[in-house]
Amino acid sequence: MPASITAALMAACRFGFAPKPRELAAIAGDPRGWVSEQIARRPDPLPEGLPPSQRTVAMMLESRRDKEEKPALKEELKKIYLAELDARMRAAILGDAPVLERLTQFWSNHFTVSAMRPFVRGFVGAFEREAIRPHVTGRFVDMLLAVTRHPTMLLYLDNAQSFGPDSPAGQRRSKGLNENLGRELLELHTLGVDGGYGQADVEALARILTGWTVTPLRFPDAGSFRFFAQIHEPGAKTLLGRVYREGGIAEGEQALRDLAAHPATARHVATKLARHFIADTPPVDAVQRIARVFHDTGGDLRRVTLAVAHEEAAWREPLGKVRTPNELVISAYRVVGEAPKPGEAFVTLKNLDQPAFLAPSPAGWPDVASVWVSPESTLRRIEWAQTFAQRLPDPPDPVEVMADTFGDMLPEELQQAVRRAPDKRMALALLVASPQFQRR
Amino acid sequence: MIGRRDALRLIGGAFAVAGLPGAVFAAIPGNRRLVVVLQRGAMDGLAAAAPIRDPNYASLRGNLALKPPGGQGGALALTGDFALHPALAPIEPYYGKRELLVVHATGNGYQTRSHFDAQDLMESGLAAKRGISDGWLNRALTLLQRGDQRLGLAVGGATPLILRGATPVASWEPAGFREAAPGFIEAVARFYAEDQLLGPAFKEGIKAQSFSDEVLGGDMKGGGGFGPQSFKPLCAAAGKLLAAADGPRVAVLEMGGWDTHVAEGAEKGRLAANFTGFAEGLDALATALGDAWRETAVVSVTEFGRTVRVNGTNGTDHGTASLMFVMGGAIKGGRIAGDWPGLGRLQDDRDLRVATDGRAVMKGLLRDHLGLDAQALATRVFPESAGIRPMEGLV
Repeated sequence: MPASITAALMAACRFGFAPKPRELAAIAGDPRGWVSEQIARRPDPLPEGLPPSQRTVAMMLESRRDKEEKPALKEELKKIYLAELDARMRAAILGDAPVLERLTQFWSNHFTVSAMRPFVRGFVGAFEREAIRPHVTGRFVDMLLAVTRHPTMLLYLDNAQSFGPDSPAGQRRSKGLNENLGRELLELHTLGVDGGYGQADVEALARILTGWTVTPLRFPDAGSFRFFAQIHEPGAKTLLGRVYREGGIAEGEQALRDLAAHPATARHVATKLARHFIADTPPVDAVQRIARVFHDTGGDLRRVTLAVAHEEAAWREPLGKVRTPNELVISAYRVVGEAPKPGEAFVTLKNLDQPAFLAPSPAGWPDVASVWVSPESTLRRIEWAQTFAQRLPDPPDPVEVMADTFGDMLPEELQQAVRRAPDKRMALALLVASPQFQRR
Repeated sequence: MIGRRDALRLIGGAFAVAGLPGAVFAAIPGNRRLVVVLQRGAMDGLAAAAPIRDPNYASLRGNLALKPPGGQGGALALTGDFALHPALAPIEPYYGKRELLVVHATGNGYQTRSHFDAQDLMESGLAAKRGISDGWLNRALTLLQRGDQRLGLAVGGATPLILRGATPVASWEPAGFREAAPGFIEAVARFYAEDQLLGPAFKEGIKAQSFSDEVLGGDMKGGGGFGPQSFKPLCAAAGKLLAAADGPRVAVLEMGGWDTHVAEGAEKGRLAANFTGFAEGLDALATALGDAWRETAVVSVTEFGRTVRVNGTNGTDHGTASLMFVMGGAIKGGRIAGDWPGLGRLQDDRDLRVATDGRAVMKGLLRDHLGLDAQALATRVFPESAGIRPMEGLV
């Protein structure tokens, strides 16, 4: 097969999700150029109509007021959660900016918020729209600031309830520090677990971030971010050897800027990007080059992502990464040009053990095949392929889908099996169940 | 794994159907029901009802020929000339009750051996591809339709082309994932065997499901959510929905597994297992319909038949004519309908020739059972089919 089709396949599957009908041929003209052009696009907001987090956070606060059960509000928040998922799926499946959609999901997973803590369910989607999506090709530090200020993160990692022990409010209500966000910020969001920090740094960052919380119901802007000086721990703090003099909210902002600029953060982020776009165990030199670009550009994510796409290793092994269940579902729908029915994606992803916005921990979903490939999950994917094909309202010509998805790359025996399947649905099921379709 | 149990549980309670109608429909005479069963993959009509007296039958069919009626595992005599496949035993009693009719040597008015094209044509009701994207049964519903009441029901998944079109229809499917059909797992297995990472996981998964002997040894056994045994619960569900006083009146069921290129088998084997699932399903449909069975017509159709001779892998390849089962309390059955073209001269020296256009059967049912106008049938439901007269005397 022509080299350009292989490269087009890598561009479409590795950097996007999978080619839409007729997209592969268009990419084949200049696969690397296509990726660069995608990265240069402006992030698309999702369609209008999804509520801002402030409103849904306020609804959540209302639903938990005075211990009284409020099933209608809870139901409404669940509906919003499902609508967010459907909107995100549609953008990835039907949209023209699949690389930005992949980046959005990558960063959303890097800065995981999870409805495993059910009270955040109504605004995990808004978190991604408000704090992640606008910044995926912007500056890392801006994303970090937006994420850390976001009510979803502050609630998910307990900072909203963290009180400076010596703050006026902490003294009065004998409440204390919660270091959950401080720890995950260092371990997961910035420096990485081996980034050279200690327990004292975790506590210092937690103290620095006291007062970063969510506006309570008694204010008109309930549900928004708010810095409360009364619960902010007073005095100077020392984080990673640097002293932060008492400065209210400015302390935290400066600390986040310093963390974003730290060399360990560049390494950590570069490693995760390389693992996502290059290989489960990425080449060390590629990681170093990406980290250098991150460092040299002050965390300009457009240039960092371009650096990833320019790595030869990213183009070396077609279908070298195993698709996560979420990627499999998006890709299967994308190649047939059809989105799942409202609500269906949630059930599907749950059955495939990767429910959306429900990562088991703040570390997010793993990005390596060893986690996703198990006997049970492999069979489940194959079974899903048949269910998927069975439910398509109007199955397209499987032979065209095969050519549009893989060019001529599949083994002849598999191509024949698809061509000779007893009906379109069986043919599409076979294509999606194939080992090649499990990869990107 | 969510499976048939959930299907039955759902059906047991309130009908979990989107947009079920709320009233009975004056347009259909009485309370009549029509069920169309699509057999996807091309059913071997010569195995379903064997022409046991045809002088060429035994020699052409070789080891796929059924044993004569009477003995152990023998075919089930219908007339002196034709006998039912023994695995179709669950529907044999309906023949005795004159509720089962076999229309032999049927085609659908087109000549293609492509599954994809043939199924599209079979469902669109056209003789040649013309870019029509709705189905003949939906067009028939449009003629019956009064207001927004939904007469049509698609059972088992997405709405098939035959029911797609301007007139909205309801659909019902079992909740959750269904287990894959054994044939599907087997087909996929070949491609996983080569895969160093996914292959071992796949094999372990199969073992864990204690499928391994069946799949790896090639001995086909039903039981999956898409396998032959999955048809029965779908039929039972459809019967319940159709029986309801305010339920739909026209339903489409689909069953796969008919593409028997390999190891088709005679009285036992892959095709026999499919026949068993099919016949048990129709029997369950009749049972679930209860009193409404009296007013029901069921018709099966497949996209084409299979080669008369056995191929090199003990199966049959894509052919031309097959047959249709017409069944129901409303049907004048207990007989074989249509001419028998014989096996003396074959289409392209390989296939059973078409004696009856299946559209004649469908038109007969739509006109005499559902009361549709013959003129509309010839122009709108099956365009350009004026030359194909509705079959007389079906009901």
